[in-house]
Amino acid sequence: MSRAAAHDHASQAAAFVSDSRRAHWHDQALWFVRAKRDKAAHGVAEWERLREDAAAIKRHTLARLAEYLEQFEQAAKGCGAHVHWAATAEDHNRIVLDILREHQARRVVKSKSMLTEECELNAYLTGNGIDVVDTDLGERIVQLRGESPSHIVLPAIHITKEEVGDTFHRYLGTDAGASDPTYLAEAARGHLRQKFLRADAGITGVNFAIAETGGLVVCTNEGNADLGVSLPSLHIACMGIEKLIPRVEDLGVFLRLLARSATGQPITAYTSHFHGPNPGGDLHIVLVDNGRSGIRSRPKFFDALRCIRCGACMNTCPVYRRSGGDSYGATIPGPIGSVLHPLRDIATHASLPYACSLCGSCSDVCPVRIPLHAQLLAMRGEVAESGELAWSKRMLMKFTSVVLRHTWLYRVAGGAVRWMVPRLPRRVVYNRWNIWGRNRELPDMPRRSFRALYRRRHGS
Amino acid sequence: MDPKQTILARLRDHPLEDVPLPDLDGPWTTYEDPLGQFRTTLQAVGGLAVDVADGESPDAALRQVAAYRDARKICSLVPDIIRGNVSMDGASSPHELEDIDFCIAAGQFAVAENAAVWVTDQNARHRVIYFLAQHLALIVSARDIVHNLHDAYRKIAFAQRGYGLFISGPSKTADIEQSLVIGAHGPRSLTVLLVGSSMRSGAG
Amino acid sequence: MRVGLFIPCYIDQFFPDVGLATVEVLQRFGIAVDFPSAQTCCGQPMANSGCTNETRPLAEKYLQTFRDYDYIVCPSGSCVAMVRHHYSHYLQERPGFDHVQSRTFELCEFLVDIVNVESIEGVFPHRVGVHQSCHGLRELRLANSSEQVVTPFNKIAMLISSLEGIQVTRLTRPDECCGFGGTFSVFEEAVSTAMGMDRLRDHQQAGTEVITAADMSCLMHLDGLSRRNAMNIPVMHVAQILAGRPLPKEPVTA
Repeated sequence: MSRAAAHDHASQAAAFVSDSRRAHWHDQALWFVRAKRDKAAHGVAEWERLREDAAAIKRHTLARLAEYLEQFEQAAKGCGAHVHWAATAEDHNRIVLDILREHQARRVVKSKSMLTEECELNAYLTGNGIDVVDTDLGERIVQLRGESPSHIVLPAIHITKEEVGDTFHRYLGTDAGASDPTYLAEAARGHLRQKFLRADAGITGVNFAIAETGGLVVCTNEGNADLGVSLPSLHIACMGIEKLIPRVEDLGVFLRLLARSATGQPITAYTSHFHGPNPGGDLHIVLVDNGRSGIRSRPKFFDALRCIRCGACMNTCPVYRRSGGDSYGATIPGPIGSVLHPLRDIATHASLPYACSLCGSCSDVCPVRIPLHAQLLAMRGEVAESGELAWSKRMLMKFTSVVLRHTWLYRVAGGAVRWMVPRLPRRVVYNRWNIWGRNRELPDMPRRSFRALYRRRHGS
Repeated sequence: MDPKQTILARLRDHPLEDVPLPDLDGPWTTYEDPLGQFRTTLQAVGGLAVDVADGESPDAALRQVAAYRDARKICSLVPDIIRGNVSMDGASSPHELEDIDFCIAAGQFAVAENAAVWVTDQNARHRVIYFLAQHLALIVSARDIVHNLHDAYRKIAFAQRGYGLFISGPSKTADIEQSLVIGAHGPRSLTVLLVGSSMRSGAG
Repeated sequence: MRVGLFIPCYIDQFFPDVGLATVEVLQRFGIAVDFPSAQTCCGQPMANSGCTNETRPLAEKYLQTFRDYDYIVCPSGSCVAMVRHHYSHYLQERPGFDHVQSRTFELCEFLVDIVNVESIEGVFPHRVGVHQSCHGLRELRLANSSEQVVTPFNKIAMLISSLEGIQVTRLTRPDECCGFGGTFSVFEEAVSTAMGMDRLRDHQQAGTEVITAADMSCLMHLDGLSRRNAMNIPVMHVAQILAGRPLPKEPVTA
């Protein structure tokens, strides 16, 4: 366990929120998306039932995953697709590279896929001489800036339009100082259109894969996934094994939940269903495990595999909104990321389950009813058990527990605090180790505790 | 062991409690006026609904759209209904359709709940046209409308191979400071011609 | 019926009047309570840090202290949520636990669901901002959350709305977390402060004269911020409002 590699959310969050104007802007922008989600959800009377059905479908599928994966592979092959299996991220990257090389593909366009982010595919391909262009506008902005996406659905939510303008001026030749979103989007349209037309291959993620038919469903608002795979003749679809659903009719449930949860739209502009390749083309599907089967074997956390990557938990999380995606130091930020990443690497991501006030809003908003706040709490138990809890925290908790276990000790300690604090000079009370006192007054210390007053009034 | 067997073995080694699939029979949301719901929702997502009464000319109806009037290269996938001036079949590669201003295609049916239209590649040799054209119009029979997505999937029979999609509105993005921009990478506009919609119709 | 009073550690030590008000409110409805003095703390701080070994003895202490009561009432949503939703981790299969788990109630839900109180007599002619503490809201369902698509209900608002002259203010974010979150308030102090200040500003724009909640911890955090920033928005626990306490005097400023 390398301490040096451990990421600390709290210090990054403090830095983010110290720029109060920007933090408020970020918070408002994401709250707005949450509000749109509310409006959309309230327009569906059976919303809570849909959530339960979605959760049940995913739990069922997860239990029978091996069977459904085999059914899917057979059906997909029957449609003319090639199916590959990748146990690790490395396997996945190698498979994708091999397919590209086989087709002599050098220029690749890629639509949004958190899986490929997780596997760090772009860096791998670039390092192997492949030119990869992210075509989702937000991802392209982030790619040009050399940053990582800060949100899984709204990758550039942390970037102002002026900053986009600067980036586009630098790389796309837009006017200096121009920041009008319509003007900038138009420039990106032209720039990416050329990329689509010249691409040798298109890589997409998969929102849902249908076991009974071997089909893939990809949802976008921009149309970039389809442009990317319908111009070149090679389509590589990368999916985590948990993206499988059993039947076509299950799509009705998930597609009614997905866009409403993500952006407040009733459905994305394009919901494409691919059964086999484009005539004359090739479709390669890469099924990726990369730790998912491991998570599946952990009863406290396997529900996290239900995730349909809508981002609603991020939009609603009061901590994420005020700390920004980068502060999580992980591919997927926010509540779901704070469960998934520690599951892979508890040492590096030990601070993430604590980047949370346990408010539970994420659980209430999750379209597949992942009990996120309960999992975050359980993950804290894992952090403590694996020895990743800071020594000072452990000692404080041990000490506090001992005091609280013994009523007399608790009474003495409480009395001592109440007696001492009002008698100490203010600068002693509000010293630099009093973190509570940095921005808050301590409560006024009463002379007598409740139990003393109660005994006076009512006898012991 | 090869990756497939490794993965399947890992899954089979950890049996989970079996949970039955829920029955999805509904009842689900339905609308008194499905066409009205479709029109309202389409407008909300940035599309345009144009009613074409029985006997009326779809081409005439479409002429209210400036982008159609001004279009120089029009590719129609439904030449019996509206004639274009560029034939898709003449294009040996999809790249040749790069400069199509306007595409008119057939929609199989409409979904009231979310203003989606189901479109396939059955009569579209180059499916990318739905995205590559600067503007898109879909022609749907007003009688072919369902209430919600559950009903929609009951109508679709996925063939062994093929491509189909729901199109709801024009392409769009809000990736720059949450400002909605219509016309991201795909078509800048979407017009849905509802043919035979002179009267309110029930849903199929 | 024998009703045991569970007073959270920090209310016992720092906000005794909330405990007294709780007793008075229950007495109003003919409920005599017993305060078993062996009690200390529900163990949340330890549990929320992930220190389950340190939590277990406190869960056991709670069970020993309260096992013989018909009901246990507590003026704290988060402590009750700890008992009802999280104690099974430590006390499952223990004799007496099922009883104690099902009979531990937060004050407002006890009044509404067990005592069937629909209105409470009193005068409180003030604009009150209700802070929906998260544990009470999302674990005990003292009200529906704004995320849910269900018929709205609110046990806290229902009780205080019956007071004469009271006005409940409208917030732009009716149930966003205040940022206390237990040890979160210290270990993620910057974000915790930002969240609390946003809540206070929301109450300010809503014209709130006094903020109330069913959890004193949230109020302690908001009050601490309010006083440090001279915002002059006092806090009162809902028990204090129901018991007929007047608005607090001018707060002691920094």
